[in-house]
Amino acid sequence: MKQAVFTLTENEALTSRFSLLRLQGDCSAIHTPGQFVSLSLPGFFLRRPFSVCDWDEQSFSLIVEQVGKGTELLRTLPAGTKLDVLTGLGKGFDLSRAGDAPLLVGGGSGVSPLLGLARRLLEQGCSPRVILGFPGREDLILLDELFRLGIAPTVTTDDGSFGIRGRVTEAMDLPHSFFYACGPAPMLRAVCEKSPVSGQISLDARMGCGFGACMGCTIPTAAGPKRVCKDGPVFDKEDMLWTD
Amino acid sequence: MDRLSVSLCGIELTNPVIPASGTFGYGHEMAELYDINCLGAIALKGTTLKPRFGNPTPRIAEAPAGMLNAVGLQNPGVDAVIAEELPRLQKVFHKPVIANVSGFSVEEYAEVCRRLDDQPQVGWLEVNISCPNVHGGGMSFGTDPAAAAAVTSAVKAVTKKPVIVKLSPNVTDIVSIAKACEGAGADALSLINTVMALRIDLKTRRPILTNITGGLSGPAVFPLALRMVWQVSRAVRIPVIGLGGVSSAEDVLEMMLAGAAAVQVGAANLRDPFACPKIIQALPAALDRLGADDIRELIGGAHG
Repeated sequence: MKQAVFTLTENEALTSRFSLLRLQGDCSAIHTPGQFVSLSLPGFFLRRPFSVCDWDEQSFSLIVEQVGKGTELLRTLPAGTKLDVLTGLGKGFDLSRAGDAPLLVGGGSGVSPLLGLARRLLEQGCSPRVILGFPGREDLILLDELFRLGIAPTVTTDDGSFGIRGRVTEAMDLPHSFFYACGPAPMLRAVCEKSPVSGQISLDARMGCGFGACMGCTIPTAAGPKRVCKDGPVFDKEDMLWTD
Repeated sequence: MDRLSVSLCGIELTNPVIPASGTFGYGHEMAELYDINCLGAIALKGTTLKPRFGNPTPRIAEAPAGMLNAVGLQNPGVDAVIAEELPRLQKVFHKPVIANVSGFSVEEYAEVCRRLDDQPQVGWLEVNISCPNVHGGGMSFGTDPAAAAAVTSAVKAVTKKPVIVKLSPNVTDIVSIAKACEGAGADALSLINTVMALRIDLKTRRPILTNITGGLSGPAVFPLALRMVWQVSRAVRIPVIGLGGVSSAEDVLEMMLAGAAAVQVGAANLRDPFACPKIIQALPAALDRLGADDIRELIGGAHG
């Protein structure tokens, strides 16, 4: 983990709910897709955690969904804004378990870490297949970025306005060697139950610190109590208890 | 002695800055980030007799200039703390630590303290009679002078270590609780624990926290904490550790002027993991601006 000042270089509204932000600074603490960063916002006490969408040495990108006052402010910040950022937080996806044909499943803002993950899986020579789920066609994000990597994602929409009508699990029938998923908890549970193979999921949580000190985001797992921020946010399918 | 050093119950601290219980775990996470030996001491995560999962999430909510938590004393239990956490901490922190103890009965407090009594790295026991996030324990001992005194004397009977009693601000008269603890043999007091508070989610129209209420901490509570440190330090002869919203070197000095012999930093650690080393580094210059040679000359200085 590192603390550094980053400069906002892009802040583009992708849809009514989602913006793509790019921040420039020292990214040396980011090692694995699925790790997250935590931004300090002027006027807010707690930091805001976001999964890294993609990154290189000098910058990272984020998908920010407007859920409250903090994300509302973040979506309006102009390029050039300096932000205090903790980078390299949490345990990301384990790429060594991907196999030849891993399946990547994302829902809503949960599609974010799948871009950086897909890029690195391609680099290590596997052929990832991607399924993305959204409420409707006006909510689609990151499709162009995946096309540029040479991946044609399967898209599902709740209202059938684009791609396959229904949930991401409707598109999961093809065989896969392993799966990686990020999205709302009910989706993650359905993906874990539908897939016959092992996989990893990335969880969202209301966090206090984001680095394991406050025990604010602890969940029960088959391997005992785990902090989403420090022991996760990526967890093995087999460890999930789905208590909710 | 260095100009920042203070004494707490006969143990010298190289500076008065101590991360508060519950904001620093058992030290390992922070030790990955910086050399934690710069700290005066560490107040460890609240420990109970048996392992506790704590409350269901969400456990955290934001507040203007602060936060609410309802963690509910998640901890691995005193035996695991002794077997695993203390030996791990000993490798990265070479000073005495404050073991924070919680319980649901007088007997439980005493038993946890008895088990910690022969741990060489534990310099002090901090008895938490003020956790607002558990039911039938914690704060219920800290809101009644007789119960506070009963816990204090039960703990004093089983340990040779100095006993710090951590007080709740959720009372009408904190001075009467403080005096009861002093009368029962407490060696020091720490205050304040968090302030019982509530946030409601407008979308769901329900409380954000599963526990409904949580403890407010952060800069929002600093003036309230300062007032109580002032009141208590006037009324007792034992040292007072000031905490509640301390976020800067100036806040530390203000707490000491109000009467604090040492200062704990809580929520600030969660917003900025480097808060404590930054505060310690800023203390000499802050003292210079006051024209003070030695930090000890500030303790209680505002009382005139």
